[in-house]
This record gives sequence, C-alpha cells and structure tokens, in this order.
Amino acid sequence: MNAGLGGAADIIGILLSTIFVAAILIWVERRLLAVWQDRLGPNRVGPLGLLQVAADMIKMFFKEDWIPPFADKLVFVLAPTIVFITMLTGFAVIPFAPGVGIIDFNFGLLYFLALTSLAVYSVVLAGYASNNKYSLLGSLRAAAQTVSYEVFMGISIMGVVMLAGTFNLREIVEAQRDGWFILPQFAGFVVFMVAAIAESRRAPFDLPEAEQELIAGFHTEYSGMKFGMFFVGEYLGITLASAMIVTLFFGGWLGPWLPPLVWFCLKTAIGILFFILVRGSLPRPRYDQLMSFGWKVMLPAALLNLLVTGAVALYSV
Amino acid sequence: MEMVLFSISSAVAIFATVMMLTQLNAVHGLLYLILSLLAVGVLFFLLGAHFAAVLEVIIYAGAIMVMFVFVIMMLNQGEKTTSQERAWLTPGIWIGPSILALILFAEVLVVIAGNDAGTGQLVNSKQVGIALYGPYLLAVELASMLLLAGLVGAYHLGKPLMAKRRVL
Repeated sequence: MNAGLGGAADIIGILLSTIFVAAILIWVERRLLAVWQDRLGPNRVGPLGLLQVAADMIKMFFKEDWIPPFADKLVFVLAPTIVFITMLTGFAVIPFAPGVGIIDFNFGLLYFLALTSLAVYSVVLAGYASNNKYSLLGSLRAAAQTVSYEVFMGISIMGVVMLAGTFNLREIVEAQRDGWFILPQFAGFVVFMVAAIAESRRAPFDLPEAEQELIAGFHTEYSGMKFGMFFVGEYLGITLASAMIVTLFFGGWLGPWLPPLVWFCLKTAIGILFFILVRGSLPRPRYDQLMSFGWKVMLPAALLNLLVTGAVALYSV
Repeated sequence: MEMVLFSISSAVAIFATVMMLTQLNAVHGLLYLILSLLAVGVLFFLLGAHFAAVLEVIIYAGAIMVMFVFVIMMLNQGEKTTSQERAWLTPGIWIGPSILALILFAEVLVVIAGNDAGTGQLVNSKQVGIALYGPYLLAVELASMLLLAGLVGAYHLGKPLMAKRRVL
C-alpha cells in the first residue's frame, strides 16, 4: 500500500476534476465535431461558446422532471444513477501520478473491468423501466453488445498483465519504464480500443441509441436531469476509458521534463480527442455486422495476441 | 471495524436474498439477486479473498445476471406473470424450503460455534492460478469441455437459421 494515497485532498480533487472534465467535454465535443465537419458549432454563449455548458446545465435543471405513468417508477429513477456511480468509482484505482490517487489495489485492472460490466445495468434497466418498445430494443442491443465486447476487452489486456506480471495498475505503469506497452502489445491495444468504444456505447457503436432507427434508444423517455446523468455518465466513461488506455499502453505518468501528473492529463486528453475523432469520422455498422465483427474478428485476434504473448513470455524466461 | 462492515454486508446479502424470493415482479427479483451477489463480493473482499471478490462481481453480477435480465426483458411478460406468481406464492409453499434452509442454518451455527473461523489470509492471483492448473487441472478441463459442448449446441441451434437466410 502506498502511503500518500487516499487523502481528502486526493479524493476531492479527483472527484471535482473528473466531473469538471466530463462537463466541459460537452462543449469540447460539439466544437471539435463542428471543426472536423467544417461548421462552427456552439459559439454564442460566452467567449468561444464556453458558457454553453452552463446554459445546457441550467436548461436541464429547470426542465420538468417527468416520469411516464406507464414506467416502472423505482427502476426508472435508479437506472441513470448506476452509470454515474460506477464510472465515478472507477476513477478510484486510476494511478494519476506517484502519490496521487485514491487506492492502490492489487487487482486494480480487474476492478476496472468489474465496474464497466456493472455499468451495463444502467442502460438495460432504463430500457426495461421505460416500458417503451424503442427503449426496449435499444437496451436489448446494449446488453448483447456489451456482454460480447466485454469478453475480449478482458482477453486483450491479459497480454499487458503477462508482460508486467501484475494486475496492479501502479506496477503496470512502472513496468513500462523501458518502453511503452503500445509497441509489444499493438494488437491488444487495437482490440482494447475498439472494445472500449463499444463499452461506452459511442458512435460508431452507438446502436443502443441509434437515432435514425430507435428515436433515442434506451433514453427515449428520459428528460431533464435524469437524461443529463446518462449524458455526463457517457463522458465520464470515455474519460475513464482513455485514462485506462494511457495507463496500460502509453506508460501512464512516465515522460521526460514535465511533472508526472501533467504527462498523465496530457495523454488522457489526447485519448479523449481520439474518441471524438472516431465518432466524427466513422459510419455506424448494422447490428448483425457489429456482432459478427466482434465474435469473428476481434475475439480470434485477442486470443491470438494472448497466445503469441504467452509464447514470447515463456521463451524469454 | 472489519467486523461491523462484515455484519452490515451479510445483513444486506440476507435481506436481498429474501426479497429476491418474495418479489412478484421477475426483474425486481433479479435486481435483489444482483444486490445479494454484490454483497457476497464485499464479504469475500473483507475475508481477504480479493481475487474471488472481483471475479464474483465480473462474472456473476456483470455477465451472468445481465444475461438473465436480457432474457426476462426479451420475454417481456408484464402483468400476467405477476398475478400468476401471486397465485403460486401461497403460504403453504414456504414450508419445505424453510425446513431445508433451517437445516443449513443449523449447520452454519455448528461450524461457527465449533472453531472461531480462522481467516484473514490474503490470496493472490498467482496462488489461484497455481492451484487451478496444479491439483485442480482435471476440474478445469471438465469445465472447459462442458463449455465447449454448450458452444457447439448453440452453434447447432443457430445454424438452420443462417442457412435459410443465405437462400433468401
């Protein structure tokens, strides 16, 4: 256990900064998508449109908090909080820098996988509780998609675990002192990246909420702050996913000249921008294409990567 | 401190399990079951079996129960099954399961009274792996064969559908 972890300053600082990042991403994503699509994006409220976040928040808070009379009320209210809570608690194991973080857990990597798999319930229960056919279709898709992509998300990072010899995220970062794992584990990185996009249900894998087919999918019946929870939960999800990618494949806080925390935030920011670029540039596949791509391409690729990494690890010992 | 946490999470586990049994709505019952599994995960964690705790959450709460919810949602039966459940859950039906549960409870009491449960030993993933691929190799192989049979069966069931689609 690391002595400097888990202080009140750490907890409050990490909580506030992750929520701030998730909120500001609403603006960042819309502006960046606009730039890449040759438009302006929101630029009316405040300098560069930065206060758009505040305007959106005011709108959401003052909307009527409506629960449809045909909904399963308790589950309807519970569903949006699950994604928010699981994603926020996921940040507990992220190694921001030496001495900055909340806990130093020996199974940090598995803890992250556990929380991402619990986050599915948010979408699934939202669709069930809404009692609406589009919501139900959306959440059925979400359940199948997440369970499938979770399988090789887990397998793809086992190569990293083999090379580092531990599930502890801090030790994984330290193990990358001689070279980032992106080079020996490039296949694992690609599979993990695809799975992370699918797990966070963002375009091009946003089939659970595909607007053109399902209105808004699982959150069709949600409005006001409950919708806001899903919205911010999604941004928390991509922030967590890119922090995880940085930790596993890009050497976490390691880097020359700058302090470790700055390196970590910089790399995570680039990861988030990449997520937005992917959303802005790729078309959405059909649902059956998504599933067969997952099981027929990604799963064998992840297993092959595992096999080769295992062979190399055995040979070099 | 640990004793208090342990008591709280075991109380949550027992309460959630009872609620799971008595719920008329299938999805609500499943939600209580998930809560109960999470509480058991916390218990494992407090006993020092961190690896088992995380696996409990990933596999049971995160994968198997999602499939349960998925199937129940797909059947989407609504009010009709609730009234059916209500008809089935008569007081008389509780006698048999209650006796069986009481026998188990008595056994647990005997075990607890017999020795003061020596735990608190940390188990890491390496020990689990060595145990699995050492003395328990046969069990691992049998489980993998069972899973393979399930896989082949699912493929067989899905195959006629795929062949038909190709003709169309």
